Order: sequence, then structure tokens, then C-alpha cells
Amino acid sequence: MAGGVKVLERPGAEGSYVRAASKGLGVTLKHMIRPIKVTQQYPDEKWELAPRLRGTHRMAVHEDGRAKCVGCGLCPTVCPVNCIKLIPAEDENGERYAAIYEIDEFRCIFCGFCQEVCPVEAIHLGVHYENAEYSRERWVYDLERLTELEHPYTALWDPADPTSQ
Amino acid sequence: MTEISGGPFVVATILKVVVFFTLLILSIALGTYMERRLAAFIQDRSGPNRVGPIGLLQVVADGLKNLLKEETWPSAAYKGFFLLAPALALIPGTILFAVIPFASPAPTRWGYVDMIVADVPIGVLYILAIASLGVYGVVMAGWSSGSKYAFLGGLRGSAQMVSYEVGLSLSLVPVLMLAGDVRVPEIVTLQQHYPGDATTLGVWLVAPLLVGTFLFYLTGLAETNRLPFDLPEAEAELVGGYHTEYSSMKFAVFMMGEYGHLITTAMLVTVFFFGGWDIPFWSGDNIRVAADGSLIGEPAWWKTLLTLIAFVIKGGLVFATFIWVRWTLPRFRYDQLMDLGWKFIIEFVTIYIIVIAVAIYALDRAGLAFGPAYAAALLGVNVVLAVLLFFLFDRGRLIRGAGREAEREARRRLLEARRQVRQQTLSHALGESARLATTADDSSEEGR
Repeated sequence: MAGGVKVLERPGAEGSYVRAASKGLGVTLKHMIRPIKVTQQYPDEKWELAPRLRGTHRMAVHEDGRAKCVGCGLCPTVCPVNCIKLIPAEDENGERYAAIYEIDEFRCIFCGFCQEVCPVEAIHLGVHYENAEYSRERWVYDLERLTELEHPYTALWDPADPTSQ
Repeated sequence: MTEISGGPFVVATILKVVVFFTLLILSIALGTYMERRLAAFIQDRSGPNRVGPIGLLQVVADGLKNLLKEETWPSAAYKGFFLLAPALALIPGTILFAVIPFASPAPTRWGYVDMIVADVPIGVLYILAIASLGVYGVVMAGWSSGSKYAFLGGLRGSAQMVSYEVGLSLSLVPVLMLAGDVRVPEIVTLQQHYPGDATTLGVWLVAPLLVGTFLFYLTGLAETNRLPFDLPEAEAELVGGYHTEYSSMKFAVFMMGEYGHLITTAMLVTVFFFGGWDIPFWSGDNIRVAADGSLIGEPAWWKTLLTLIAFVIKGGLVFATFIWVRWTLPRFRYDQLMDLGWKFIIEFVTIYIIVIAVAIYALDRAGLAFGPAYAAALLGVNVVLAVLLFFLFDRGRLIRGAGREAEREARRRLLEARRQVRQQTLSHALGESARLATTADDSSEEGR
């Protein structure tokens, strides 16, 4: 048989029911008393997440707390599902910044293109997945919320080390 | 000390009913919890463990959920019977506990109190009568739902319960022959060890009636519609069986009835074969009612409590084996179920009764006094029967599986059926083409 499937001959009608049943009871008893449990107690114990898991976004900040975004407009351009809204502005020193920066996490497909394309390494995806909300409006993350998040950044794929060894 | 009587008796009885019924309902709730936990352990999971300490309040959460769910009334249902059926499923399972002694008699200022709700002189007969009423809930639910699946489930349930009731009743006959009484407390006394007393056996009846215990256990499983006998439910075939159309609290009452039945069955196995509330290797709990109504032995409240704990532990262990069996064995086929009931259990139980009766007669004629030696002699007879049962009869004769022969037979029948269909189709096609040919000839002739 293909795929390593083992086909057993069915037992004959002359086989004993009671003995087969006792054998089965032995197997279940063994499992009942042994302490190995496969269940993960989720909210108490969490998964160890892979460093390249692509989850909720984060915006990197300068030391003074300003977002690193320079409003170049590359991420809304590259975004395949149009989930980034960016309106750039210029301050008195002539430096560009994002006046409005919103990501609709509900629409996002977590492809990671925004992180790859960002020239100043401002927008990142993060190793984080627990973002349940009570309303859809709450899923649109504005700049303030994106800068306040604290989970680790997603590691980008390194061509020199393709399997992340 | 004399038995409590008059006004205090009424008060004591009402108290016993209230307390024991509450305990029973509580144990039903704990039974569902235990089932889910043990099932999870068998499958290497954890089971419910989040609501309350180690998940014990899960049953409260379940009850609340069931109360708050929407109640559905199928348009085809017969409303009155539809509503009555859950109650009829719950009541027989729960009123059985009335004749089961839970603990040793307790002393009070007004006399001793029997730890049994109703010490009726026909205890065992009452149990057999009430146990068979459980089928009415199943049948009524199946019929009044106005659904085909529920109807099939109800039919299966009634057939199964009627078939196994005979075996259940007969498997208790050896117990009654040894006890010489149908009062349930007498059966407990029989199993207690009174050194030098030739009216008690002094050994739990599981030893002298090993095969009888097995048969009672088996038929008890069948009576409570437990796996491997849960054909009335058969999720894979009948959606949910007789309670397919039920929702909300009505469904919960069916579940409670099922577990109530199961718990009383576990208690019956304990009382008849595992000494009831008797604590092994301890003569301090040798308390019994003499023929004149006075009490032999020294009753005490702490003894009552200890024996109650012993009873609960024993009953709980029997209940755990029910769960263990459920999560191990697959469901029987319908023909296997009927074969086992009618062609094996009834015959074997009858033979068993005769063998035990002959053995008791022979032992009495041999002048052997009632006691452990007597029990050992009966155990010998049982071991011989058990060997016969498990090594001679159980060779594809008890349960016929779909073995090589059966498979070969099924394939032969299938091929035969196919051959016949092919032949019929062929002859039909031949006839058809012949008919077409003649009509074509006719029309061509007409056209000419």
C-alpha cells in the first residue's frame, strides 16, 4: 500500500470477544492513569511563537517618542489589500511625517510587504496574534496605538540564512 | 435499642428523603463531571478544569446554559406526551434509590434510624419493577417527537430493554437464593462477617457469585442504554436517537435520567455484590436488625458516616468502570445485541441458576455451615463456569463479528445480487430491443 498504510487481516469469526475487549480495556486503563496530557492550558500557557511569525503591526519610534515614519507613501502603494491609510504632512523644519496613519488589521493579510518596503524601518509586523475586539472599528489601528504596542518585531527573511538556522 | 417510631419517625423519614434525594441529584451532576474528566483522561486530554476548583463548577455552568437555551417544539410533536417523556425518563432512575441502604443505622434519642428511605419487605422486587419502567420515557419520547430518527431510537430502546430485563432479573435469583430474603438490608447483612454466625456468608457476593456479578453488570449496562449497548442513541446512525428533537432543559432532564439510572445501577451492583456499606476486614460495622426489631451491634454516628463513605467509594468505583467500558468498547450491531440477549444471556443465566441451586443443595446436604468455606466452594463452581464462559463459549459464539467468513459470505451475496441485476437488465434490454425492432418493422410497413 502506498503511503506506508498497514493493512491488517481482519480477525476471523472464531476470535474471542471477551479477550479482545479485555485487551482494549487494558489500553484505555493505561492511558487513563498515565499523566501525559496533550492539552495546552491556553490562556495560562502560551505557544512559543516563531521569530518570523507575521502578526499585528508595530510602528518604530525615535528616542523622543516620535514615530519613525517619514510619510513616503511606499507602504500604501505596495499593500495588496489597501489596508493602510497614510496622509503625509511637513513640519516647520521641512521634515515629512505621517499626519494620519491607520492600518485596518481586519483587512490586512499579513503579507509583510509594508515592512519589507519601508525605507526607514518604521512599520513592522510583530510576533503577536491575540487581537480580538468587540467592534470592527477597534480593528483600525491609528498611529498612537501602533506606537504603543510592545511585542517583538517580526524577523525578516535572511537570504544568507534561508532556513533560519 | 428499638426502631424510631411515631412522630420522630415521620420527621426522620422526611429528612432522609430530602437529604438523600439532594445527594442523589448532586451525585448525578458529579457523575456527568466524572464522565467528562475520565473520558478526557482516557483520550490523553484534561477535560473540564477551568470553572471552579479542578472544574467542579462546570456542572453548574452546564445547568445554567441548559436553562437559558431556547426551547423548541417540533411542529409534528404530540405536545402532551412530548413534555411527559423526559419526566418519565428521570423518575424511575431516581426513585430506585428509595430501597437502597446507604449506611449503618444511626442512633438517636428516640431509637435507631435505618439509613434507607423505605425498608420495604419486597425491596428487590420493587427494584426490578421500577427499573423496567425506564423504557416508557424512551418509547414515549421516540413516538411523540414525530420524527423518524427519534422513532427508530425509541423502537430500538424498547426492544433492547425488554430483551435484557429478563436477564437482569434472573441474574439476581442466585443472590436471593443465598440471602433467603428479598429485603435489601438482609442482603447487606449476608455479606458481613460475623465470626461463628451460620446465618451470614461473611464474604462479598462477588466471590461466590462471580459469573452472576458479570451477568448483572452486563445486563445493567444494557438496561441503562450505556455503550456498548447504546443503540437507542446511536449518534452515528440516528442523529441523537430518541431525544433528537429535544432541546434546552428537556434534553438536560433526559441526560439527568440517564445518569440517575446509571448511578442507581452502580449502587445496586455495590449492594448486591460488593457488600453495600460494609467495610471489609472490620467487625465494628456489624450492626443489624434482629427478627424482633431490636438492633444487634453498637450503632454510632461516626460509624454511620464511615460506612456511608465506604458505600460512596464503592459505588463511585463501579461507576468509574461504567465510564471506562464506555470509552473502550464500540457499539454492538443490532443483530449482535439481540443474539447476545436472547440466544446467550437468558439461557446462560437459567443454567447458572440451576447450577448454583444444585451447588447450594449439595453443600447443605454435605453439612457445610454458611461462612467463608461455603463461599469458597461456590467460588470453585463459578471459576469452572467462568472458564467455560470465556474459553469455550466465547469463540465467536457470543458475539459474531464481521470476520473472514462473514466477509466472504457478504461478498458472495453481493456478487450474486449483481449477477441477477445484470441478467435482468440484459433480458429486459433484449426484450426491449426486440419490441422496438417489431414496432419499427410495423411502422415501416405502414409507411410503405
